Amino acid sequence: MCMQDKPEIELKLVSDPMYLCGARELVGCIAQRIGFDDIDCSKIALAVDEALSNIIRHGYNKAFDRPIWIGISPLRPTKDSIGGIVITIDDEAKQVEPCSMKGRALEDVRPGGLGVHIIQEVMDEVSYEKRTGCGMRLKMVKLAPRPDELPRLSDRKSSCNPQNGNKHTKTRSRV
Amino acid sequence: MANQQSSFINTERPEQGVIVIAPSADIDMSRSPELRTAIRQEMGAGVHKLIVDLEEVHYMDSSGLATLVEAMRNASNTSTKLVICNMNQKVSAIFEIARLDSFFSIVQSREDAISA
Repeated sequence: MCMQDKPEIELKLVSDPMYLCGARELVGCIAQRIGFDDIDCSKIALAVDEALSNIIRHGYNKAFDRPIWIGISPLRPTKDSIGGIVITIDDEAKQVEPCSMKGRALEDVRPGGLGVHIIQEVMDEVSYEKRTGCGMRLKMVKLAPRPDELPRLSDRKSSCNPQNGNKHTKTRSRV
Repeated sequence: MANQQSSFINTERPEQGVIVIAPSADIDMSRSPELRTAIRQEMGAGVHKLIVDLEEVHYMDSSGLATLVEAMRNASNTSTKLVICNMNQKVSAIFEIARLDSFFSIVQSREDAISA
C-alpha cells in the first residue's frame, strides 16, 4: 500500500484547539464521500482529532501558534486493495522515537493517555516517523468496508520496527 | 429548581441533591476544561447524584472522556453517584473504543438517570 508523495488535499493550520472542529469536519466529509458510513466517518475524524490534540498537548506543549499539516488522499481500489483513505499529519514538534508512541494499558482506568490507543484502535494502519530536519509524521490508513466484513474488527496484530518507524497493522477478520 | 447557564453548559437541579450538567456542544480539547470546571463546581456538599446529560453532544474526544473519568473518581470519593444519559451512537463508540462503557453508569434518558 503506497501513499502518493503529494496528498490530494492539504490543510495547514496552527496548533490552536479551536480549529480541531474544522479539521474533523473536513476529514469526516471526505471520508463520507469515499464511502465510509456515519460511524466510521466519526471514528476517522476522532483519530485525526486525537492526533492533533497529542501534537498540541505534547509536541508543542500547548503553544497555539505552531504549524500542523494534514494531508488526505483516497486510496483507490486496485486488484490487491479494497481502497480507503490515507491521512498524514506533519508537525515541527520535538522528535521522539517512533517506537515510544504506544497506547497505555486500558486496565488502568485513569484520565488521559488514551489518544494513541484510540488512533490505533480506529485505523487499520498507523505509523510514526521522524521527518527530515525536524518534527514528526503520522501516517494513518483506514480501509473501506468490504461487503463481507463483520461489523467489528478483531484479530489484531502489531509490529514495531525501530529503524523504519512505529507501524501498527490490523488483520481484518472475514466471515 | 434553579438553573444556571454558561457558554455551552447548562446546569439544572431537578430535585434536591440532584444536579444535571448538560453540555450543548461537542466536547474536544478546546471545551473539556470548561466541562471539568463546571463539574468540579457543582460536585459539593449536599449533592448525592450528578447527571451528565449528553443529548446535545454529537462528538466527544478523549479529553472529554478524561474529564468524565476524573469526575467519576471524584464522585466516588464524595459518595456522589454519577450517571450519564442520552448518549448517541457516535459518542457511545468512543466509550467502547476506550473500553470505558462498563466503567460508567450509563442510562437511556434523563428520567432514567434521575430514578437510577
